[in-house]
Amino acid sequence: MKYSANSVWENKDEYDVAVVGAGHAGCEAALATARLGFRTVVFTVSVDSIALMPCNPNIGGSSKGHLVREVDALGGEMGNVIDRTFIQSKMLNSSKGPAVHSLRAQADKADYSRAMRQVLEDQENLDIRQMEVTDILAENGKVTGVRTYSGAEYRCRAVILCTGTYLKARCIYGDVSTYTGPNGLQSANYLTDSLKALGIRMYRFKTGTPARIDRNSIDFSKMEEQKGDERVVPFSFTTDPESVQIDQVSCWLTYTNKETHDIIRSNLDRSPLFSGAIEGTGPRYCPSIEDKVVKFPDKDRHQVFIEPEGKHTTEMYVGGMSSSLPEDVQYAMYRSVPGLEHAKIVRNAYAIEYDCIDARQLKNTLEFKNVEGLFSGGQFNGSSGYEEAAAQGLMAGINAARKLQGKEGVVLDRSQGYIGVLIDDLVTKESHEPYRMMTSRAEYRLLLRQDNADLRLTKIGYEVGLIDEERYQNLLEKEKMIEEETARVSRVNIGTSDQVQELLRSFGSTPLSSGTTLAELIRRPELSYEKLEEIDKERPDIPISMKEQVNINIKYDGYIKRQMRQVEQFKKLENKKIPEDINYDEIQSLRIEAKQKLNQIRPVSIGQASRISGVSPADISVLLVYLSSR
Amino acid sequence: MKKDTIAAISTGMTNSGIGIVRISGSGALRTADRIYKGKRKLSEVPGHTIHYGHIQDGDEVLDEVLVMVMRAPRTFTGEDTVEINCHGGTFVVRRVLETVLKNGARPAEPGEFTKRAFLNGKMDLSQSEAVMDLISSQSDYALQSSMNQLKGNLKNKISGIRDRIIYHTAFIESALDDPEHISLDGYGEKLRTEAEEIMEEINKLIASADTGKIMKEGIQTVIVGKPNAGKSSLLNVLTGYERAIVTEIEGTTRDVLEEEIRLQGLNLNVIDTAGIRNTEDIIEKMGVDRAKDYARNADLVIYVVDSSRNLDENDEKIMDLICDKRTIILLNKSDLDMIVTEDVMREKMRETALRNGKNVDDVPILVISARDESGISEFEETVKRMFIKGEISFNDEIYITNARQKSALQDAAESMGKVVESIDAGMPEDFYSIDLMDAYESLGNITGESMGEDLINEIFSKFCMGK
Repeated sequence: MKYSANSVWENKDEYDVAVVGAGHAGCEAALATARLGFRTVVFTVSVDSIALMPCNPNIGGSSKGHLVREVDALGGEMGNVIDRTFIQSKMLNSSKGPAVHSLRAQADKADYSRAMRQVLEDQENLDIRQMEVTDILAENGKVTGVRTYSGAEYRCRAVILCTGTYLKARCIYGDVSTYTGPNGLQSANYLTDSLKALGIRMYRFKTGTPARIDRNSIDFSKMEEQKGDERVVPFSFTTDPESVQIDQVSCWLTYTNKETHDIIRSNLDRSPLFSGAIEGTGPRYCPSIEDKVVKFPDKDRHQVFIEPEGKHTTEMYVGGMSSSLPEDVQYAMYRSVPGLEHAKIVRNAYAIEYDCIDARQLKNTLEFKNVEGLFSGGQFNGSSGYEEAAAQGLMAGINAARKLQGKEGVVLDRSQGYIGVLIDDLVTKESHEPYRMMTSRAEYRLLLRQDNADLRLTKIGYEVGLIDEERYQNLLEKEKMIEEETARVSRVNIGTSDQVQELLRSFGSTPLSSGTTLAELIRRPELSYEKLEEIDKERPDIPISMKEQVNINIKYDGYIKRQMRQVEQFKKLENKKIPEDINYDEIQSLRIEAKQKLNQIRPVSIGQASRISGVSPADISVLLVYLSSR
Repeated sequence: MKKDTIAAISTGMTNSGIGIVRISGSGALRTADRIYKGKRKLSEVPGHTIHYGHIQDGDEVLDEVLVMVMRAPRTFTGEDTVEINCHGGTFVVRRVLETVLKNGARPAEPGEFTKRAFLNGKMDLSQSEAVMDLISSQSDYALQSSMNQLKGNLKNKISGIRDRIIYHTAFIESALDDPEHISLDGYGEKLRTEAEEIMEEINKLIASADTGKIMKEGIQTVIVGKPNAGKSSLLNVLTGYERAIVTEIEGTTRDVLEEEIRLQGLNLNVIDTAGIRNTEDIIEKMGVDRAKDYARNADLVIYVVDSSRNLDENDEKIMDLICDKRTIILLNKSDLDMIVTEDVMREKMRETALRNGKNVDDVPILVISARDESGISEFEETVKRMFIKGEISFNDEIYITNARQKSALQDAAESMGKVVESIDAGMPEDFYSIDLMDAYESLGNITGESMGEDLINEIFSKFCMGK
């Protein structure tokens, strides 16, 4: 269905880059290209929905917190904005190893959205335009601009697609369905056809969100209070830690029960998921409550988190109970949960279906393989989550700018960051559901910690041009101090003085029989760099963030070294490049499935090829033999 | 990578009734057409059919044959394959192969059919290794073990261990990804028990590697003893024919004789050595030195004693040499008057043990007569007991028979050891999964399976996560 009712005219404003969509991906993409000096226009169906959080009211979480940190380390905006607009914050997994510590903040949704919009509005080189984009204009496999619903054509040299869940979106609960985007916003119904005409393969995915309930109707006395951390750690490396020590609001924990599950089971036939009315594929990690009840029949209860949507609203998010059951069942189901007996629903739970792409059509720079200058990021690429979106938006923005600068793209590999893992997975692996970042996807996570994201990535951000000189110099200084202090601690000898033995005893640590180094003591599980301050006379005064690095470097030294050896192995295969002109059909010993997959994805290295599902280790052996005999 | 066409005789080179020449590769049918005369051209017949005809070299008819035509990919190698069943003996089969080679095929290297099968994705790594073992296996035990691997027993065993590892990893990971829903409290202890069990299973497989090697390569056996104790006679009895020259004169065997013998399904690579004594004869002296070398490197030493003569200082030398080896002592010539009885021998061995600080109490001492062939079956039973523990004979036990598999298992065991270490050191749970996944991957290397999305899929299928 091509829309041609409106007469076409050419908008003469000069732009280098057009960003389609102003969600979490679109904002980062547009800010990146504008900051790198390219005149950028960002289109949105509604200016009021810039940086909207249509589902859960939080930023971060396990492995997602890492992404936010990495976005920040590269010069992105998400961390800054959440630091200014959060209402509660927690470091998850703080009792576990440093690799899996992950920040998660409850956002004031409206504040977040407003603050990000303000950043966009204040950004030089960046214009916001409320209008639906209906067509991508391209000539000879190269993007030339976009056309809007009103018939206006904008010429530009790069387009970044960040359409989120808006393409042909449909919201469903029970037998009710509306053709709208999230929160009843207008969907984008034309762009899909334009993309298909460019030869782009589309998928249809599904996700869902729970109901919002009026807090005045909730009995919190039946729930457990969930408070934020006493000492809040900011997301952004540039935020003053003192500025985030605010009065926090609480979340609340309650549980479903047998009655809830009975209600769900007896109404399953009315669920569009089970009746087949929903065709999109939903995520396994974010199952609806009806999914959970069906899939895990032995569990007699599931957790429900009641989370505020903001300080200036009474709406509460019901975490753990997303659903697409009919409205009447939703009432019964929610009201069976302790504390929600008299719940008043403000917004129904619903499932949403939308068009997205098979991201294997993208290069690892997030540029389409078959349309030069066309980039994409976010949920449109088949991911899910605000943080995953922001990370891709940033990389798509950086790489669109690099393209216009005539420079090589910036590609992070799996040993450099969660962003590298995310994008490599998206462009390499077949996915039948929206992709969520998980800590278990990162093979080298001991090196990819949230605490060292700046040490890993800020140099790259500086080279790209998104990190200013001052921040870069601070980083170099930090690096140097950590190195020196780590070396010093490994050298310092500790004797068996009474003071030492007393200190060890006070932490339940075995007293020394002979002298040792400070580093050896730090390695004891019950001790740490901080705890040994008293007996370390020469200790320099360094910031907390550096103390943390020294402690981790020493404490987990053996594991870190092992992981670094694994990375070396990994790099060997990554560095075995596959020539672009390789003809897989010519390699007889490859299995047909492998040939198809390799032809489709055209991996850049043996390493990437080995991660393609459907390419077996035997196929990789064949490829290696073939390449060495060429 | 264009694959040329290869051919080889795929049956043993014995004078059996039928010999098979196998041709594999994209030119297999073309080659066969050039030498086959029958009702139809082989390149025109459907796959998996058998055809009667003649093989000709030019005008000369070599043999009357049945030809099996199998088309890719449903063949052992995954390529077009032709098998020519010849009826003649060794000579004719060889002529047929030569003719095939003249007409477009080249001789296959050892194991090349299997290699192609592997490269064409027809079998996983452990299966193709098993086929290679099968081809080169020497004993019935090795054959059986290769068959078991081929059937996937090894794969099933490894998969079982991998399943356990990934289940636990997935549990830990799901808790890390969803800490508010899933708790790891007290999990370390549970995992510790499990990790030790897994380690034990892996170690059992590693231990089987040594038995596996013996099954495949045979037991390096050395026969030692003083001159004319009857070493060569024993060898002759065991091999069943006169391999060594047996005379009444001491020092007849001057060099080292090697013989491969089959015993209770095991292979013994037996080395008969010159008798060990102080000697002035240079050639004999060299033989004695080499005998000592062989004894040092052997899996099994058979010490033959002439029981009709007294023990002397040469026996003591021998005993010193062998007291830390796996040894069987045979008191030979029981047909004559026995001077050295079992008791005398035990006493002597005890003295040797004291001298060397070794324990030799369980060294079997058997009474035999090589001349009468008495006591030989007890000897065979003893060898078997020593090398194949009672519980494992021709059953379904799995033996690791190659070095790559063994080293992957050792890596896996080491990783599991590190898991236990991390638990004992009070490390946080996320450290466990680093080594668990290493173990998982090492084991995957044996079966040629990579990790892929296994972990993610396991997390979602077993544990309930989500907002």
